[in-house]
Amino acid sequence: MRNNWDGIWLVARREFVDQFRDWRIIAPMIIMIGLFPFIADANTREAINFMNRYGGDLILERLVPFVVLVIGFFPLAFTLGVALEAFVGEKERGTIEPLLNSPLTDSQIYLGKLLVGIATPLIASYLSTGLYLALLLRRAVTFPSAYILLLILLLTFAHAVLMVSSAIIISVQATSIRAANLLASFVVMPVAFILQGETTLIFWGDEEVLWYAIVAVTLLSGLLVRLGLAHFRREYLLGREIDTLNLKRLARLFSDRFTGKAKGIFNWYREELPLTLAQLRTPLLIVITISAVAVFASYGWTIVQIPAYITITPERAEELRAYALSNASSLEMISSQLPAPVLFYHNARAILAIFLLGIASFGVLGLGLFLVNMGLVGGVLGAAKLIGFSPLLTFFAGVAPHGVFELTAFFLATAAMVKAGAQLVTPQTERSMGETLIVSIADWCRVFVGIVLPLLAVAAMIEIYATPYILKAAFGL
Amino acid sequence: MIEAYDLSKEFNGNFWAVEGVSLNVQAGQILALLGQNGAGKTTTVRMLNALLTPTRGWARVAGYDVIKNPQEVRSNVGVLTEQHGLYVRMTGDEYLDYFGRVYRLSAEKRKARAVYLLDYFGLTEAAKRRTGEYSKGMKQKLAMARALIHDPAVLLLDEPTSAMDPEASRLARDEIARLKSSQRTIIICTHNLVEAETLADHVAIIYRGKILLSGALDELKRQVLGAAEYEAKFAESYDAEALDLPAGVEIVARNATRLRFRIESPQTTNPSLVAALTSRGARVVSFYEVPRTLEQVYLRTMERAQETTYAE
Repeated sequence: MRNNWDGIWLVARREFVDQFRDWRIIAPMIIMIGLFPFIADANTREAINFMNRYGGDLILERLVPFVVLVIGFFPLAFTLGVALEAFVGEKERGTIEPLLNSPLTDSQIYLGKLLVGIATPLIASYLSTGLYLALLLRRAVTFPSAYILLLILLLTFAHAVLMVSSAIIISVQATSIRAANLLASFVVMPVAFILQGETTLIFWGDEEVLWYAIVAVTLLSGLLVRLGLAHFRREYLLGREIDTLNLKRLARLFSDRFTGKAKGIFNWYREELPLTLAQLRTPLLIVITISAVAVFASYGWTIVQIPAYITITPERAEELRAYALSNASSLEMISSQLPAPVLFYHNARAILAIFLLGIASFGVLGLGLFLVNMGLVGGVLGAAKLIGFSPLLTFFAGVAPHGVFELTAFFLATAAMVKAGAQLVTPQTERSMGETLIVSIADWCRVFVGIVLPLLAVAAMIEIYATPYILKAAFGL
Repeated sequence: MIEAYDLSKEFNGNFWAVEGVSLNVQAGQILALLGQNGAGKTTTVRMLNALLTPTRGWARVAGYDVIKNPQEVRSNVGVLTEQHGLYVRMTGDEYLDYFGRVYRLSAEKRKARAVYLLDYFGLTEAAKRRTGEYSKGMKQKLAMARALIHDPAVLLLDEPTSAMDPEASRLARDEIARLKSSQRTIIICTHNLVEAETLADHVAIIYRGKILLSGALDELKRQVLGAAEYEAKFAESYDAEALDLPAGVEIVARNATRLRFRIESPQTTNPSLVAALTSRGARVVSFYEVPRTLEQVYLRTMERAQETTYAE
């Protein structure tokens, strides 16, 4: 452990000292760190004058934490170059090979670079924030509370880790500094969007929610670090001079993985698909468990929290029940408004969205969207309970007939997505990051094409042509 | 010691940069790895230093398996890379101290090694200057010092004297020879065939990723260029017609005062040949082996390889 840390520190310290010996790095950094707080302070002064003339103390109170957050973000954006060129820069200068020839481990080199990549922007960011806060003391404005400041500093830290861990991955994968700089937009822009969301939370005044943002960003950063470590290989840094996109090879890799050794479609169903399904046991168990938790949590929340917002008297419940039953009595007409193919398309699209979000976030956001869907089921059952229907009867008559197929499809697709996300952040000695991505997509497509689509087709047919009758029969309509 | 068997490396699933390379370099030996640019020398060296994972085959370097114990391999190998790879904002002594730390040397050892190497390569006066200010040759010398900082058991040197002035090249060669005598195992990749001939005990010629030829230098000369040739120079015109040549001797060139012989076993035949010449009245001024260089071996081998490639 001590040796491990020594190696990380050795790499980080050299780089840290090295960048401070270059005036081309220091000068813009000092100018930016010094300049932004003064500009922000001038804007704050104008805002105070404006609010004093026209009112709006609440906005002013929220404006300062917002400015602190933004002041912290700017230095992160302009010092990102340090992380972006961590590997690819050394490669271009030819200094990487002696380092790779040394007995330092991959993780020591990677984490050393990550450490200095985080430290520099963070120091710049906190210095800038500190300077702005010092300037703010002169203004007649409510100073943000220590709690809010702590939250914002933690958010800045999470942003730094998120941006730098992404930038380091780019630096490892890119073949030139130019390419790395072009790819930097894919780091700065999403974080800028996240920042906008957090700004909304600050202006909304619900600071507690910011904790969720901190946890989510930190979790994502952790996964990015894991992804970077999993795919960091000395070999790639030396082996790739020019990256050519070999679409044919990628297509072959996909089709080889998708079809496996199958000789025909029946053989594929008999031999290949079971192999993929066998690998889904653990993710499936996880998905089913958390979806059960989501359904029960949502159900519980609905029956406890909704009455706090809407008063449901016995008369109102009766009224709602009658309304629901009158709607249900014409349910068999649904096929003319929502044909089965449209429902099938809608569900397939939802599953695709879950996968795309999942693959872009190593499973996290995809799982989030899936849980929202599961939460809706719990919410509907909770609402049924609130107006006097039996939730069990509602479930077995209104959800279960087509849900047997539809939920199974959702569970399997989500489990495959979780596996694909996990595969991406797992060290793959035989494959590059791009190859791992292709293989993960092919594995998911196997499940999607082979099982999920047929199940969704059956579910859509049942939901449109059978469920309305079962519901009507169950509720005596 | 370096052992490799069937060492092969494939890139992008369709290009074999190195294929079936087998080597055996004992402690106290130097192997010169020769070949054109892109022949696979650097890839071979990178596999031997556990920087690239072989696609096929195995290698043991300094007693460690390059696949199973990459860190141990790298700890025991000193590598001089094709590019000097210096951190230009560090001073010479900081640079050596940094790599001393990387190789986990104690503070005393780091200092002692840095002082010795800086002094040996004549860099003491420049030790406090940033390496970015060094000349090309000085950078190469510092890179060489870096490769030697941890006094490694195995050295892999890619063009060790390129960019060095003649004096520095001599120093580098002397240091390599000294390391050889202290039982280090050394592989040199070079285009400088004179240097390879001076330093190496064994030579391997690599072409398109495959070893075409390998062995002790004398063996290779014999194998590629044929039996040794000796030349006799006479004080006056000499007619060799009446000369009774011993078995295994053939005259390959002649003029009035010179005769050139191809001799299968010089060790046993030369005494009787010289005796035959003098007994037949030849006034021999000198009798010497016609020098045959590694360059001839290399060029002949490459010529044949290219002919084979074109024929295919």
